[in-house]
Amino acid sequence: MRRAVDPPHDAVARVELERAWSTPPGFLGWLTSARHTSVATRYIVTAFGFFVLGGVLAALMRLQLARPNLHLIGPDLYNQIFTMHGSTMMFLFAVPIMEAFAIYLVPLMIGTRNVAFPRMNNLGYWIYLIGGILLWTAFLLNVGPDAGWFAYVPLSGPGYSPGKRVDIWAQMITFTEIAALVAAVEVVVTVFKLRCPGMALNRMPIFVWSMLVMAFMVIFAMPAIMVSSTMLAMDRLVDTHFFNPAEGGDALLWQHLFWFFGHPEVYIIFIPATGFVSAIIPTFARRPIFGYPAMVLSLIATGFLGFGLWVHHMFATPLPQLGATFFTVSSMMIAIPSGIQVFCWLATLRLGRVVFRAPLLYALGFIALFVAGGLTGVMQASVPLDLQVHDSYFVVAHFHYVLIGGAVFPLLGALLYWLPKISGRMPNERLGRWGFAVLFIGFNLTFFPMHVLGLGGMPRRVYTYAADTGWATGNLMTSLGAVVLTIGFVLFLANVAWTLRWGPPAGDDPWSASTLEWATSSPPPSYNFAYLPTVDDRDPLWSPTEQPVVTGLRTDVREILITDAIDATPDHRQHLDGGSIWPFLTAVAAGIGVITAIFTPWGVTIGAVLCAITLTGWFWPRVPSGREARRSA
Amino acid sequence: MIRRTLDVSTLPTIAFGPRATLWWGVVAMLAIEGTALALSAASYLYVRRNFVEWPPPGTIVPALGAATGELIVLLVSLSPMILVDRAARREEYWPVTVGLAVVTLFGLASLGLRAAQFYGALGVRWDAHVYGSVVWLLLGMQAAHVITSTVENALILAVLVIGPVERKDYVDAHVNAVFWYFVVATWIAVYALVYLAPRWL
Repeated sequence: MRRAVDPPHDAVARVELERAWSTPPGFLGWLTSARHTSVATRYIVTAFGFFVLGGVLAALMRLQLARPNLHLIGPDLYNQIFTMHGSTMMFLFAVPIMEAFAIYLVPLMIGTRNVAFPRMNNLGYWIYLIGGILLWTAFLLNVGPDAGWFAYVPLSGPGYSPGKRVDIWAQMITFTEIAALVAAVEVVVTVFKLRCPGMALNRMPIFVWSMLVMAFMVIFAMPAIMVSSTMLAMDRLVDTHFFNPAEGGDALLWQHLFWFFGHPEVYIIFIPATGFVSAIIPTFARRPIFGYPAMVLSLIATGFLGFGLWVHHMFATPLPQLGATFFTVSSMMIAIPSGIQVFCWLATLRLGRVVFRAPLLYALGFIALFVAGGLTGVMQASVPLDLQVHDSYFVVAHFHYVLIGGAVFPLLGALLYWLPKISGRMPNERLGRWGFAVLFIGFNLTFFPMHVLGLGGMPRRVYTYAADTGWATGNLMTSLGAVVLTIGFVLFLANVAWTLRWGPPAGDDPWSASTLEWATSSPPPSYNFAYLPTVDDRDPLWSPTEQPVVTGLRTDVREILITDAIDATPDHRQHLDGGSIWPFLTAVAAGIGVITAIFTPWGVTIGAVLCAITLTGWFWPRVPSGREARRSA
Repeated sequence: MIRRTLDVSTLPTIAFGPRATLWWGVVAMLAIEGTALALSAASYLYVRRNFVEWPPPGTIVPALGAATGELIVLLVSLSPMILVDRAARREEYWPVTVGLAVVTLFGLASLGLRAAQFYGALGVRWDAHVYGSVVWLLLGMQAAHVITSTVENALILAVLVIGPVERKDYVDAHVNAVFWYFVVATWIAVYALVYLAPRWL
């Protein structure tokens, strides 16, 4: 039995849709939910939790380095702190939060009801959470990793790092890489197959393009750390010799594999941030983005070039000089697509009628800071300069400019920008502006002096320094700047809290934006759109022509529309799985296996058997689903 | 207010190949796994440069028997799997079920021959030196895919036998055929690298 719904039957359809798509209430619903916005919101909250923890570690480091010869924190704890800071920020905050925004927004922006594989999505979250808890529990038990966030061998190998600290790091990597890969596949398939009719690739919002490029980069970069962290774990646990030169292994193999992942990782964080900016700027410039084709091609070019840069992290190793030159060229070349994007944003602003609201301020702050960080990046592409500043605070300054300036600023802007959609309430504009001003000043006070410290010879990862080094003033400024920066973050979080508690109702489209997520209520209903939209324009909500809506999808079961990968012409209807406990149980099974593998190789077998059981439960067909399939056939 | 509508109620409810989301999901997964295998192969060639003799002195060149047998088994298994793939697209119960049973048996045979390589034909343990480590890694990673794909074949077979059979089960069977092609293709590559390359390099 099939019901064709027409707009006059709107109310009936909404009731049916709500019944079909809603998540059961309570704790079980929370464990089993397959709704993309619920999973993404959990991701965002968890990732911000880790961001705060990582920030506390940063504050502890700045406290320790505020004056010369301080001994508040000893060298052993300091090693754990900087390793935990880097690992938390990169693996537990930056990548997950970018993917969380993709999971929340992509289905809304492309006009569909959920992601392509809702249960996998839920699995990814639980795996990520277990990995994060593992890392932080270990740290609190004084087994926190201490070999740096890139865990170079031989320091991280069995000879120099006995104990379980590095194993904890390697297995945390296993968890976060699985979660990241799951989300990446999710994004790729959702973007290619679930776009609403009419949203051909050349009409897709640049935000969605950026998430697509990010997802492809995850797919081809993460396997490198999957392989290398497995090799490291095996060197440590079952006496393989991948990185042991005494038995023909090679320490530089680790660096190659790590940075083949590690450099794209930077773009995995940065490219979604450009997507945020490309969504925010047109909205507040009141015009479509300038140079859409150039923007898209720049994103794709950055995605490819990002894989040709990894050796510039290894200029201080004895590599052939001709080879190094190649990586100098590619490192400089990446400035071209980034430059094109910056000029397109500036042109959009110049040609628009700009409305200055808090999210836009973050986007503008991003442009300034990212250009500064990008320029020091181009400097370091040069081998002689890199050799001078390698492993110094200059590098620390550079990558905080690109990571905080280039990714966290747009992220905070994005959170303010989409908070009305997520929460249904408007953030406080005044608090938003103050937060931005304090963050911007605090950021530069903290990180600009690090350039000078680095040029003055201060190495990174030292737990203290002598008084006669001349680094005292710069370090004190940096530590005071960190206080200002912290106040800025507190203001930002206070704004979020204020919004959730007292924010005025936002309505569907408070910023008069152009993309589809603003065409539904705030927060969106469990089915996103009562009728899936169709589009004939890159900025559908600014289009003067009224577009038809999709009818004929079943409303009594979870059914989605699958469209062609290129032109988004309707292709077929597909039944989508609902919530289930099995993804959670599978995550627990995998967790038991991976954590046991820290102590014995049998963990792999145990995990495989447990996962085989839970996956069988997951995929075992159940009668209700069968009945539905036959009815719709 | 009546809006113009686009009626999709006449569209089909399942699709195969690049039309299906599951196909894209599996192909993306294979891209991940393929990249991991390619990087492992690159690591093999990278550490190879540290040696004059390869395999290192005192280690035999791996014996061809079991591995070549496995290659033949996997190549032969392609024909029933192609049959399964085609029949699945036509949603034909018996060819898919019988074909999956046959391929599952081929998978088990393949795993038996793999075990013979680990505990005989390679002639080296993983902890002997880096050569041992990297060949165990390559064979182990590839074996993980043989195991996974065989378990999935068996699972889909069980679903078809026990029922109730849904139309989407045929999509599963078809997509697992794509996975199986990947398993065979990667074994050709790993076989060439581990067994043939030392004879030529």
